[in-house]
Amino acid sequence: MKVLVAVKRVVDYNVKVRVKADNSGVDLANVKMSMNPFCEIAVEEAVRLKEKGVASEIVVVTIGPAAAQEQLRTALALGADRAVLVESADELSSLAVAKLLKAVVDKEQPQLVILGKQAIDSDNNQTGQMLAALTGYAQGTFASKVEVAGDKVNVTREIDGGLQTVALSLPAIVTTDLRLNEPRYASLPNIMKAKKKPLETLTPDALGVATGSTVKTLKVEAPAARSAGIKVKSVAELVEKLKNEAKVI
Amino acid sequence: MTILVIAEHNNAVLAAATLNTVAAAAKIGGDIHVLVAGSGCGAIGEAAAKIAGVSKVLVADDAAYAHQLPENVAPLIADLAKNYSHVLAAATTNGKNFLPRVAALLDVDQISEITSVESADTFKRPIYAGNAIATVQSTAPIKVITVRTTGFDAVSGEGGSAAIEQISGSGDAGKSSFVGEELAKSDRPELTAAKIVISGGRGMQNGENFKHLYSLADKLGAAVGASRAAVDAGFVPNDMQVGQTGKIVAPQLYIAVGISGAIQHLAGMKDSKVIVAINKDEEAPIFQVADYGLVGDLFEIVPELEKLV
Repeated sequence: MKVLVAVKRVVDYNVKVRVKADNSGVDLANVKMSMNPFCEIAVEEAVRLKEKGVASEIVVVTIGPAAAQEQLRTALALGADRAVLVESADELSSLAVAKLLKAVVDKEQPQLVILGKQAIDSDNNQTGQMLAALTGYAQGTFASKVEVAGDKVNVTREIDGGLQTVALSLPAIVTTDLRLNEPRYASLPNIMKAKKKPLETLTPDALGVATGSTVKTLKVEAPAARSAGIKVKSVAELVEKLKNEAKVI
Repeated sequence: MTILVIAEHNNAVLAAATLNTVAAAAKIGGDIHVLVAGSGCGAIGEAAAKIAGVSKVLVADDAAYAHQLPENVAPLIADLAKNYSHVLAAATTNGKNFLPRVAALLDVDQISEITSVESADTFKRPIYAGNAIATVQSTAPIKVITVRTTGFDAVSGEGGSAAIEQISGSGDAGKSSFVGEELAKSDRPELTAAKIVISGGRGMQNGENFKHLYSLADKLGAAVGASRAAVDAGFVPNDMQVGQTGKIVAPQLYIAVGISGAIQHLAGMKDSKVIVAINKDEEAPIFQVADYGLVGDLFEIVPELEKLV
């Protein structure tokens, strides 16, 4: 079966972002960009499905600026077969991204779509669920285990009190949680091979999707700073402070 | 304006997160209705009717809603939502699962994990793991919002006397089914609701050593959490994870044991009232946010702490 994996180019998770002085957003100039960590897990899961003989073809898609080709090449080096870039320089809402992905799903007709559960920039945790709504497919979010069996996929989900398993009819949407797998590193020969794999570029216009949003960011501020407190010398002093100064025990 | 709050429950108990979500609804202002979608959930409807400030409770009792599978509950909520100005759910794994599906069915954007209500259409929410706070304004005809429960003090679960109305939806969409669940059984309080949280990190060295934290937690009536490093290392299950990708907590007292303080962990606990850090590395970033820091061997400090509290 065909698997579609959606990935996002985001600020690298090791970068400590700073808010711009004019409060219009965070400063991303000259900052290292990478594939969103949850998306790496999504690519890895698709590659493992292919290695098991469950998936026959892996198509990786991203919605983003031209520079997001870099993340598509990374996914190709990890084992995806071909890539689609829906090029948009604008910062799009999750709903707009889901609509664009729906258009790609209509074109590609995958049996399984795997996405990260959230992007570490906007922290929305919406796109997979929205894509499921728009396609009318079942959804298995926050997956820690994915097992395809016939025309169904069993997804074990990380929920607040533990784990929940659901059976979904295919085609279905899966979003990844951290423990689904540990992504591999791309080998140098695979990175070289990835450069020759096909990469198609589309636009929202060509897909006939309007990408307006009903949500406007008025300002972005740094969070209230928490100042460092004091170092205590002993456990006895700590307990004394907690009892008498902080009054929390 | 009328606001629909989706109750968080397991058909047996109304979760406290519902009270925080109603608190956010109260800040927006207007009539507040609560939807209880479940199976055999009549008692939850009665409990929801007692929540302060709620004027009506809608109960959709159907086997298809037992586990609030999004394929089944999202159409129910989206259909009801057309009569409301706002639809709110707690940003629990459950709310995060079904609410974006509702928003997309309504063709509106969702605003995730608000921590403050500025006005009926303007909200604050953390982005970049809490390293920035965005103020966002929505012009959507129906505002679909998940609420970070730690941002809002719970309203009282007693004193209200809302009318209860039974409703029905389209039931099973036939796309998904519940297979089973493994819930961690614990006598300790739930992480996000606990007044005291003790978390362990990579410094715990292994899962077995978490017993020191459990023992201290039982003495303090605390919940036990963990950093992502501890979860990734396989010391403890993921549902104990505190951080950007785990649970967000804001207890009265947070004790970080053997946790260096990675950005993504801080994102999950830095709104705690008092933070204590215990770490052998005095340069660990956790000390920059801790009210009280103690440098030393956690395997000596934690048992001593247990004796003295």
